[in-house]
Amino acid sequence: MENSLLLTYLLLIPFIGSIALLFIKAEKENLIRYFGLGISVIAFLLSLVIYFNFDPSNSSFQFVHKFKWIENLNINYFVGIDGMALLLLVLTTFLTPLTLISSWTSINKKVKEFTFFMLFLELGMLGVFVSLDLFLFYFFWEAMLIPMYFIIGIWGGQERIYAAVKFFIYTMAGSLVMLVAIIWLAIHASNYLGKFTTDLVELYSVAPLFDLSIQNYLFIAFALSFAIKVPLFPFHTWLPDAHVQAPTAGSVILAGVLLKMGTYGLLRYNLPLFPAASLHFASFMSTLAVIGIIYGALVAMVQTDMKKLVAYSSVAHLGFVVLGIFAMTQESMQGAIIQMINHGLSTGALFLLVGMLYERTHTREISYYGGIAKLVPVYSFFLLLVSLSSIGLPGLNGFVGEFLILLGSFKSTVLNSWWYTVFATTGVIFAAVYLLWMYKRVVFGKVVNPKLNDLTDLNKREIFVLVPIIIFIVWIGIYPGTFLNVSEKTSDKIIERVFEPPKVELK
Amino acid sequence: MIDLIYLAVFLPLLGFLINGIFGSKIKNVERSKIPFLGEKIIGLIGSGAIGIAFLIVIGAFFETLSLPADQRTNYVNLFTWMKVGALDVSFAYQVDQLSLIMALVVTGVGFIIHVYSIGYMHGDRSFWRFFAYLNLFIFAMMNLILADNFVLMFLGWEGVGLCSYLLIGFWYDKDFEKSTTSAAGLKAFVVNRIGDVGFLLGMFLIYLFFDSLKFSEVFSRAVSFDVPEHIFTLITLFLFIGAIGKSAQIPLYVWLPDAMAGPTPVSALIHAATMVTAGVYMVARTSVLYAMAPTTMMIVAVIGVFTAFFAATIGLVQNDIKKVLAYSTISQLGYMFLAMGAGAFSAGIFHLMTHAFFKALLFLGAGSIIHAMHEQQDIQHYGGLKKYLPITYGTFLVAAMAISGIPPLSGFFSKDEILWFSYTNLGFVFWLIGVLTAMMTAFYMFRLYFLTFDGKPRFDEKQTHPHESPKMMTVPLIVLAVLSAIGGFIGIPEIFSGAHGNAFHSWLSPIFKSANLKLSYFGAHSHFEEYLLMAISVAGALGGILGAAYIYLKRPSIAVNTVEKFKSIYTTLWNKYYVDEVYDATVINPIVNSSRSFLWKLFDNKIIDGLVNGMARSVGDVSALIRKLQTGIVQSYALVMMIGILLAMFWLILSF
Amino acid sequence: MQIQIEYYLILSAALFIIGVTGVLIRRNAIVVFMCIELMLNSANLTLITFSSYLGNSIGQLFVFFVMAVAAAEAAVGLAIIIALFRNKRTVNIDEINIFKW
Repeated sequence: MENSLLLTYLLLIPFIGSIALLFIKAEKENLIRYFGLGISVIAFLLSLVIYFNFDPSNSSFQFVHKFKWIENLNINYFVGIDGMALLLLVLTTFLTPLTLISSWTSINKKVKEFTFFMLFLELGMLGVFVSLDLFLFYFFWEAMLIPMYFIIGIWGGQERIYAAVKFFIYTMAGSLVMLVAIIWLAIHASNYLGKFTTDLVELYSVAPLFDLSIQNYLFIAFALSFAIKVPLFPFHTWLPDAHVQAPTAGSVILAGVLLKMGTYGLLRYNLPLFPAASLHFASFMSTLAVIGIIYGALVAMVQTDMKKLVAYSSVAHLGFVVLGIFAMTQESMQGAIIQMINHGLSTGALFLLVGMLYERTHTREISYYGGIAKLVPVYSFFLLLVSLSSIGLPGLNGFVGEFLILLGSFKSTVLNSWWYTVFATTGVIFAAVYLLWMYKRVVFGKVVNPKLNDLTDLNKREIFVLVPIIIFIVWIGIYPGTFLNVSEKTSDKIIERVFEPPKVELK
Repeated sequence: MIDLIYLAVFLPLLGFLINGIFGSKIKNVERSKIPFLGEKIIGLIGSGAIGIAFLIVIGAFFETLSLPADQRTNYVNLFTWMKVGALDVSFAYQVDQLSLIMALVVTGVGFIIHVYSIGYMHGDRSFWRFFAYLNLFIFAMMNLILADNFVLMFLGWEGVGLCSYLLIGFWYDKDFEKSTTSAAGLKAFVVNRIGDVGFLLGMFLIYLFFDSLKFSEVFSRAVSFDVPEHIFTLITLFLFIGAIGKSAQIPLYVWLPDAMAGPTPVSALIHAATMVTAGVYMVARTSVLYAMAPTTMMIVAVIGVFTAFFAATIGLVQNDIKKVLAYSTISQLGYMFLAMGAGAFSAGIFHLMTHAFFKALLFLGAGSIIHAMHEQQDIQHYGGLKKYLPITYGTFLVAAMAISGIPPLSGFFSKDEILWFSYTNLGFVFWLIGVLTAMMTAFYMFRLYFLTFDGKPRFDEKQTHPHESPKMMTVPLIVLAVLSAIGGFIGIPEIFSGAHGNAFHSWLSPIFKSANLKLSYFGAHSHFEEYLLMAISVAGALGGILGAAYIYLKRPSIAVNTVEKFKSIYTTLWNKYYVDEVYDATVINPIVNSSRSFLWKLFDNKIIDGLVNGMARSVGDVSALIRKLQTGIVQSYALVMMIGILLAMFWLILSF
Repeated sequence: MQIQIEYYLILSAALFIIGVTGVLIRRNAIVVFMCIELMLNSANLTLITFSSYLGNSIGQLFVFFVMAVAAAEAAVGLAIIIALFRNKRTVNIDEINIFKW
């Protein structure tokens, strides 16, 4: 029983930390930085404890903790995780301290507020991944928008207000549709359960019994909200704006964790709750995903701003994940889960690297650079390695995810066509084109711009930020078993829920 | 030693890590007594790793040789890589006759080239980086050839592509032709990726139909499962697309000539001896699947023979010494695919091996010449180098004769075997094109040879003082020359060796047994035919050499006149049939331009984002209309309120 | 003889209508304000009428509340008007439209 409180403790750490932070004087910037870092490191250590106590052979939710919240409506504080949530949980607590270190010098105004919002954001993200109650989930889902809004809006670039508002309104608009769907779902489920409840586990058992038409409406409402977050083509246009304007830490968290919430939501809610609708929409969603893969890559190819390029590449990468989810085979599902982690690591690292360059030169224009390999060899090495991981070079993490997704979608009986995979695979070519082309223009060649000559290479702090990510990039690439094992039962369970939905009669 | 084969794979990786991480520090180690100590340590680590790997492979080879013929396939399993559903791939190595031959070639030639590079790269700013990359390449290549499953092979496959990319762009701040070395590297990587998509799709199909990606399982299931022939055709065609990309065949050969932007040892190791032959190796490895798909076999043969011919024609007119060798590599690879298509898998592998010897030698010789001539690569500015570079000259001549197919050098046996099988298994036309190509090969190789070593110097002897390369470079040349000369004797055809049979074939025959069973070419051919064809091809090669000698030594005017007479043909050849330009105009530019001007600037920014912002704006517009009601005059609000109350009252009264 | 309830109610309605009309057509803020008081008092009158007519004292109780509220409102309202006058030198509500879009 001790165990069951771990998740709550994990949520409490950033919560209490962010409150305690308010009592520190704003002038003590370094103390605030160390304090924020300390809190996030403690959260990371606790998530490791959770990781090692997790039983991967058990397919049900673990560390479950539940108490009554709004009794009349049977809304509970109900948390618990499975393998997929665990991986994303650890990813979140892993990236947060790294982003805090990375913004050590780049954020130098309103440090207190920044650290507060980062901890608050961590709380929101963790909450999304551990919630097993739709109401609680929605609460965290929306709560997390607020700190992100401020992070973009206060510490962002030139057009930060526009980007922040667009990000907020766009995702909010999607979520509101989901809120309606949650209420509808709970009310409709009360016909079967005899009571109104937002308890996910109970809903799992009855939602699949709904008529197909109702499932379809609910599916669309949920999927719309998640698709905006993912972002799935054609709901992606907030992403480049938000990424370009956000400070490095914001971009890293945005790409690393926030986007995963969309795909996580699809896996956690859409597929198990509305299996019939999921099968019905599988081809449609996969088509969008494949369009996203190619479209994102092509548009990324011609970008002139490094951050925008990486942002569009996210559209392509997340397209792979969505394809993997809706191919609904063991291979593709596992690939999708591992690819979520991969994207968090690789793209997170790419944003960190772009941010490090930006901090030195204050520009992200590709044409400004050229030939920096000679000036900053260590930086060039890291950028190459991370680019290769993003390209999906075997031996690094990206390949494992993409390969499993493509392999699985190829044999998928749900999609029942080779064309999805054939087109998606061509995305592999474009990935090489846009990243290595950028690499060539930025790193190789002669130093043409004299302003670059006083560029300094990475310092110890920056290397310290990158090395842990690199370790995982190589680890997942060579021995993904560590992570695949954790999520194996989860993905099997999701597939089982889709193909063998529960059959219970009306109460 | 078989069990230790993983060391042969991972030692190069270790070398890469040491040189890659500490190289820049080692480089700066200086002791007053030993000049360039840092370079020596780096070179020792780099080539030492490959040398030990080579010894291990030799050990494994002899151990395998001591086993009975049916037990010569062994597996070394390291650890599981991916295990999901039916997919179960490991870092596991398959040590058998075929992979051993390849491993011997790769580590052997690789070692020689590593040693050579210590001399060649002497004094380079990034000496350590070069050796790190080379070791990484060997690591990837060993994975490619020793893998026991398709996915691990693909790891090696992409890995060698990466190293090729890195090494082509090794001097990343240098210009190359109209562009830069890094552009050439990028082109190589991207073109290879196009092929890799084929490889991937081939793998997906295999997995779909055979539920495994392990070689042993797939091949046994290929025979036992009842899978329709068109599936085999599809699988093998996709795999072949991969091979086309990696082995620079039509239409994806365009990257290889540009790959010459890299340092010359790289051209020798990667773009001649080992990596580019990976496609041939892959076809040989999957010969069972190919044997099930006669249509693909035909396509392979046609593409092979066509590439051989086509590349040879371009080679005729090139003036850059490395470019000539590059086109000759493409052409020779075409031969190997011709052999594959003819079902003569072991003949193809045989040619792969001998080609590795003499082509590596040619490139290293070219490197020695370029070194001596201060980076001058244009053969029009060479001439009479015989007296300056005696060792290079001698070894180069051996290699040129070997590639031209002069008996009894290695090239003769392997090339002739391919021609013979293309005659018996495919038909006269294939043989004829093959012989014509052989003639052209002999011609352009000796054109190169005569223009370089013979005749009068066409450079300023006062300014340029060519000198023979140091021992570090000449010893590898000599070793390779010996191999090029005698390497063919392990595969002497039956008509010469009689009862002993072809040693090379019988060594490899267990690998290709099931493929050959499926193919079973019949057709009686007399020994007389074989002798006759052999004589014709040797005569053709000699004719090519003599022609080159006559034109370039006696009557240079002929060459000039021919060029004048067939100006249009010449410029077409000189510009490599404008293939690069056509690709630029039909594929690359349209994609880039339409992505930029349509997809990004119009579709994404205006249409999709326009819709999003348009929705936001329309809400704003409606609000702007509605807010006009807020006049700010309290009395009008009160009036509206009164009217509202009145209406409500009327409604209440009327509803009673 | 008791005065009939209708008279009270008609008087109250008349007062109310005068109040409303005053609010709607007068421009002087103080007059408007007085008209509002008029409306409140018309309501008070109605309450008392019904209270006495029905013999129930709750109505009268309410009147006290209304008066208390009216007093508070008068205090706040007059304060606002004075503040406005200090700022704008006018109490003409046509000129006071800071809530306009």
